[in-house]
Amino acid sequence: MLDLALNNLLSPIVLSFLLGLGAALARSDLSVPEAVAKGISIYLLFAIGFKGGVSVADNGFDLRLGATLLAGVALSFALPLLAFLLLRLLSGISRVDAAAVAGHYGSISIVTFVAATSILSDAGIAAEGYMVAVAAAMEAPAILTALWLIARGSGETRVEGDLWREILLNGSIVLLLGAFAIGILTGADGLARIESFIVSPFQGVLCLFLLDMGLVAGRGLRSGAKVLDSGAIAFGVVMPVCGAAAGLLAALVLGLSPGGAMLLMTLSASASYIAVPAAMRVAVPQANPAIYLTLSLAVTFPFNLTIGLPLYLSVAQTVTGG
Amino acid sequence: MQMHAAKRVAIIIETVMQKRLTQALSSAGVSGWTILPVLGGSGRSGEWSREGQVGRGTGLVQVVCVVSPDKLDKLLESAFAVVEPQIGIVTVTDCEVLRAERF
Repeated sequence: MLDLALNNLLSPIVLSFLLGLGAALARSDLSVPEAVAKGISIYLLFAIGFKGGVSVADNGFDLRLGATLLAGVALSFALPLLAFLLLRLLSGISRVDAAAVAGHYGSISIVTFVAATSILSDAGIAAEGYMVAVAAAMEAPAILTALWLIARGSGETRVEGDLWREILLNGSIVLLLGAFAIGILTGADGLARIESFIVSPFQGVLCLFLLDMGLVAGRGLRSGAKVLDSGAIAFGVVMPVCGAAAGLLAALVLGLSPGGAMLLMTLSASASYIAVPAAMRVAVPQANPAIYLTLSLAVTFPFNLTIGLPLYLSVAQTVTGG
Repeated sequence: MQMHAAKRVAIIIETVMQKRLTQALSSAGVSGWTILPVLGGSGRSGEWSREGQVGRGTGLVQVVCVVSPDKLDKLLESAFAVVEPQIGIVTVTDCEVLRAERF
């Protein structure tokens, strides 16, 4: 575990993140242009989706794929309930804010997922290719649970047809699933054609993206920390571990490989900061966005990247005997 | 030159609500508007910058339109229904235009 953690901390991707974090905290003018960050995001989503599809094409479909998808959806529905209870126990924030935050912790962070796949790749550990599809499936259900929590507390929500279209067709889901489908259809031959584009540069591109994420997290800490009490900050660290435990339990029941188990733990431990914030701003405008964005970006994401991922891998390997 | 009285309406709204706002403007009979990105600012949650935004759930845009005075009330009623629960600012200023028929 210590070796894993140290190797992770000294990896280019984590150090790139720490560089961005430090630069932002030190108020450096270092920045990644918005369009560049968007382009990098598109590249990473396409690459991870495509490679996942190729893996499924190579290994074929089986019942476990369907079961894992269902498990992912169930986790996404259920984790907000755990998050809500935990946050209400630990922090004094309002019910509406707690429910909005909970929605983020039932959904997933694709960047954290990408970082996890990178760690597995570096370690030479294989994972089920369809975990990409599981990631996409886990994006949206948590929003429903969050809205139910708010409605149950007599809070107002604004849910309309356009909102659901935006949620279900948000760019990351469309791109991830689309690239996954292309990977399935084209298989190993397709991968061979574009390997120099989506495999060789992947690690370097991820470093630049995590540099930007470090900058974002650092700015979030500077501007948003005052909206969080100590209990909320504790939640931002404790909840990922609880979520990972739930993911591990599901992985054991499903019989996933150590790599697959680690990825499901990561998905369950991560918090959304792209899809769910957009939905919450439309549906629950009374919730304070500074709370959930700061928790997701500036507390949980750094924790997962630096400590969580090696922890989840170590536990997954130990428990699955991998 | 002949000048005509008009109203300039500027609405700062969350990016994620932009489409809903422009749909509301259309329903109020407004046929044209301009959308500008907001670089940053300061509010109840403190200072923020466009550089720190991730995704459509954060950030603001400004929607500007110029209308004839008789359209103003309907425009404001329609726009405010979108803006009222969100982070946003609506300002109205008097102005003059050269081509009244365009507004």
